[in-house]
Amino acid sequence: MAETLLFNALREAIDEEMGRDDTVFVLGEDVGVYGGSYKVTKDLYEKYGELRVLDTPIAENSFTGMAVGAAMTGLRPIIEGMNMGFLLLAFNQIANNAGMLRYTSGGNYKIPMVIRGPGGVGRQLGAEHSQRLEAYFQAVPGLKIVACSTPYNAKGLLKAAIRDDNPVLFFEHVLLYNLKEDLPNHEYVVPLDKAEIVRPGKDVTILTYSRMRHHVTQAVKGLEKKGIDPEVIDLISLKPLDFDTIGASIKKTHRVIIVEECMKTGGIGAEIIASINDRYFDELDAPVVRLSSQDIPTPYNGKLETLTIVQPKQIEAAVENMVALKV
Amino acid sequence: MVQERTLPQFQAPAAPISTDQGLVLYEDMILGRYFEDKCAEMYYRGKMFGFVHLYNGQEAVSSGVIRSLRSDDYVCSTYRDHVHALSAGVPAKNVMAELFGKETGCSRGRGGSMHLFSSEHNLLGGFAFIGEGIPVALGAAFQSRYRKDALGDPSADQVTACFFGDGTTNNGQFFECLNMAALWKLPILFVVENNKWAIGMAHERATSQPEIYKKASVFGLPGVEVDGMDVMAVRAVAQEAVARARAGEGPTLIEALTYRFRGHSLADPDELRSKAEKEAWLARDPIKRFESYLLEHSLTDEGALKEVRDRIQTRIDDALTFAEDSPEPNPDDLYKYIFAEG
Repeated sequence: MAETLLFNALREAIDEEMGRDDTVFVLGEDVGVYGGSYKVTKDLYEKYGELRVLDTPIAENSFTGMAVGAAMTGLRPIIEGMNMGFLLLAFNQIANNAGMLRYTSGGNYKIPMVIRGPGGVGRQLGAEHSQRLEAYFQAVPGLKIVACSTPYNAKGLLKAAIRDDNPVLFFEHVLLYNLKEDLPNHEYVVPLDKAEIVRPGKDVTILTYSRMRHHVTQAVKGLEKKGIDPEVIDLISLKPLDFDTIGASIKKTHRVIIVEECMKTGGIGAEIIASINDRYFDELDAPVVRLSSQDIPTPYNGKLETLTIVQPKQIEAAVENMVALKV
Repeated sequence: MVQERTLPQFQAPAAPISTDQGLVLYEDMILGRYFEDKCAEMYYRGKMFGFVHLYNGQEAVSSGVIRSLRSDDYVCSTYRDHVHALSAGVPAKNVMAELFGKETGCSRGRGGSMHLFSSEHNLLGGFAFIGEGIPVALGAAFQSRYRKDALGDPSADQVTACFFGDGTTNNGQFFECLNMAALWKLPILFVVENNKWAIGMAHERATSQPEIYKKASVFGLPGVEVDGMDVMAVRAVAQEAVARARAGEGPTLIEALTYRFRGHSLADPDELRSKAEKEAWLARDPIKRFESYLLEHSLTDEGALKEVRDRIQTRIDDALTFAEDSPEPNPDDLYKYIFAEG
């Protein structure tokens, strides 16, 4: 076991996969000589050379399309979005070509590529650098969307994403890069399509992902003291959603709270609620509750920013409330 | 009003061509023309749907460039992609079947007129949004260089030809990709088919520098202007650009001055282009011009040319029968091809 920071877990995943498969390469802004803005590609430029760790000009839509073309012709690109928010500038290439081209071409081409980088609300980074694009991209057909949350799953999921033959949007969280965890010394891969049961429980199902997993974990400490036994599920795969795991939990607890960092309107939670209504309405003892970020551009001011995203105390209160209204 | 750019006087190059090579080019141009004429007929008869953009008038560009490539080179097209696909070797019957939405279409009926693909023929696609194919083509060119220089495969010398129109050259993806291609010396040909009009927007009204080939110079790559109605001239510049790319000397921007003989799409009333302008360009029909060239240089005779035309007419008729007789996609396969399995 080796204690590893999350950004190094990601780096190890990339290094291992580049060593394993010479068609894997990294491209993006400052990934090479600079080593990545969060050091996820540190020293890889020296190890693999300038073509396999390609520093690109600041041209998100074009270098994303370039990765699509490289993937169509047999390479396995990993794009680093210096900040995932910048990928709004690449929306066309991600949606039309990464996402839809395999279908539109009638299966002529596959697009094995990973688009990864820091998303989420950081500390007073301002609205444009605090985006949660998972919600914007979830409607695009053909994309897989994954959010990692611990060093262990970050490494295993990124390796799986690189090996997947489809485009994977891989969300890291800007505030989780320095999480530490003991990682196994042996190689491991974590499946992309499986949610993770963080804490089994019986009273209520809490569905969450990315940094909010850690807010939920904090809230659970208080809930345990009050004798409440929630089941916490980290969704991991935001598209497609793992309804095997979600459904099994609902059948056990009959209550669901969603805790997400994206905005409420058109968010991941909105899609989950609609799907739960489709699939498990009869299992529910209470309406599904979602705790989401406010529908506003993330404000710079620290207090306002804190008010914008869901805090552990709010999660605790919402769970307590739901359990108290037990039917 | 903006002053229209004067058509330059071109000197026909003396690049030699054999009878066989000449007939290959002729056949390719006839195939393009007859195919598109049949598309117009089928569209107006309600057999073909969606937006259909025909290539009539521009055949010298597709044939002159793509027939200068090897079969393992890559071709990237736009929404006006039928003839590029044909020149790249996609059988006419599979292109026609695609336009009919059939399972036997080159995109299995999922793509349609603007989304022709064939991995077998290294056709990277028809790309329907302006400029979005350029980065994809750049990726294929990057892949060639990657295999050659990062993986040490000396056989990885494939070249990519990327086609787009004058309207695209005001889009950021064009400039961004010229920059990266020159920066990394990628084996790519940027082929601008300047047909003077972006639907109803005259080129001179859309750009501050109408001479597109000059835009190459600031990125440090060669820019060449060529008569896009003269297949021999297009072929000559394409061969030179392909040789440079294959030798690892980087990209070339080719501006072919051409004209579409029909509206932007079959849904375009085509009211803005003047009769005089259309007539002037129709008089420069690249197929008639190449026929004259072949005959004047005693490379062939009218009988051999007629034989080509008859053979292609039969191929188009067969393609139509094939498309009409082919099955529709199976409704059970509605979700097939969303994800690659395994």
